[in-house]
Amino acid sequence: MENMKMELLQILQQDCRITLEKLSVMLGQPAQVIAETLDEMEKSGVILRYTPVINWDRVGKERVEGMIEVRTTPQRDQGFDAIAKRIYRFDEVKSVYLMSGAYDLLLLVEAPTLKELALFVSSKLSVLDNVVGTATHFVLKCYKNDGIIFEDEPKDRRLAVNP
Amino acid sequence: MDYSRFLNASVSAVPKSGIRKFFDIVQTMPRAISLGVGEPDFVTPYHIRNAAIDSLLDGETQYTSNWGKQSLRDEIAYYIKRRFGLKYSPQNEILTTIGASEGIDLALRAMLSPGDEVVVPEPSFVSYCPGVIFAGGVPVPIVTDAKNNFMLTAEALLASITERTKALIMPYPNNPTGGVIDKASLEKLRDVIIEHNLIVVSDEVYAELTYSPQGHVSIASLPGMRERTVYINGFSKAFAMTGWRIGFACAPAPLMESMVKIHQYAIMCAPIQAQVAAEEALKRGREDNYADITVMRESYNQRRRLMYAGLRKMGLECFEPLGAFYTFPSIRETGLSSEDFCQRLLREKEVACVPGTAFGDCGEGFIRCCYATALDKLTVALERIDEFLKSL
Repeated sequence: MENMKMELLQILQQDCRITLEKLSVMLGQPAQVIAETLDEMEKSGVILRYTPVINWDRVGKERVEGMIEVRTTPQRDQGFDAIAKRIYRFDEVKSVYLMSGAYDLLLLVEAPTLKELALFVSSKLSVLDNVVGTATHFVLKCYKNDGIIFEDEPKDRRLAVNP
Repeated sequence: MDYSRFLNASVSAVPKSGIRKFFDIVQTMPRAISLGVGEPDFVTPYHIRNAAIDSLLDGETQYTSNWGKQSLRDEIAYYIKRRFGLKYSPQNEILTTIGASEGIDLALRAMLSPGDEVVVPEPSFVSYCPGVIFAGGVPVPIVTDAKNNFMLTAEALLASITERTKALIMPYPNNPTGGVIDKASLEKLRDVIIEHNLIVVSDEVYAELTYSPQGHVSIASLPGMRERTVYINGFSKAFAMTGWRIGFACAPAPLMESMVKIHQYAIMCAPIQAQVAAEEALKRGREDNYADITVMRESYNQRRRLMYAGLRKMGLECFEPLGAFYTFPSIRETGLSSEDFCQRLLREKEVACVPGTAFGDCGEGFIRCCYATALDKLTVALERIDEFLKSL
């Protein structure tokens, strides 16, 4: 059963629009069982959302992404959780990670323009009480995201027909 | 200039591969989806490729022993013992070859004298019969039946044995049918093989791609068979290493002595980087219980179920293949020959399959469809085959 769950998640990670019927055939399990397993994983928070991976560069819409290293002062009893919570509530913030090493939190942020992103750092982020310092890096190009290569797909190198 | 005087008559007499003609047409159709491939759609796992890169950077560019590196043969001995219960000495019973194909060729050339007969169950891989002929032998094809999941039966074997019969080729798990053979059937075959004093050349290159709960059983693991089996395996299918050309053959020392003689004069040794890569594949496997294989097999198995169900749903008669990465549905109901079916499917719907006749005359009425192809392509290919069938 655990094995089936893993296989199921791996298939969904490649294509979450796959039909229940197809999943049932591929995993050799009744559709009912697959549906129940999915339901359970959705409820227990294993599966949070089914979203597309988008290559925004090809959409042609102006958009700026950045990574921000944040150094903070951890708070008594709460460690980094309280400050992380403050930060992840901003709409500009797409992801927040607690890190080991030279800084504490790593943010993935997004804004329509460079100016707005800069403004977010100076007026919203830096001014928080427990933020000691920030370092902002702008994303120039995305090569790979969530296991998907954004460059043009490498062709199937195999001969089309062989014995 | 007339070259016929210079050409070996028996080589000239062997017809060109039927697959070649087909390949030439597919080449002109870049948008076609090919179910005609005969190799994994994975690239070799990264750590294996990296081992070969390191070896090159370290300057490992020399010959190895004719047998292959001792460290690799030690790993092979451990691997076949653990996975298939086979015991061969890494000193003088395991030979590293240029793919499994060389192993088959060596076995046939080492054993056959002019006129010796070799029984070849069909449909099966394209190289066996030509290999027998090139070695001076006479191939004796046996037809296996879809009703019996293309398994060779003891009765059929018995009926094809003459006083010139020397060897039997065992092609399981099977390319092109995807058929496997179970232990009970192997035991019945063994009795005939021993009674008639035959040698078996067992091509088990798809052994790791077996989807039955019982798993693969090697004929060499049966009591009384080790001494009369040349066991052939390789890294191409199990570790997605087709282009490396690396495999191995195992045989009792007296047989192996002759095989090595041919190998040392004709080949010298398998390429050193391919040997290093193969050793890495097995070393890592020893530690992580061959996780590389498990990951790929699970993925093939998902697609196997999808393709088998898809073909059945569109009304094609098809037995459930439990090995390799092929399905072998019957297209007899359409009234078309295998060749015509594949040609029209390719021209009209841009899907390439291989006519069953490429794998022996008894492949007429069947086509080989390989499911080692990306899921989205496989889905579209199935839709197109369905449309094609409806258009007939």
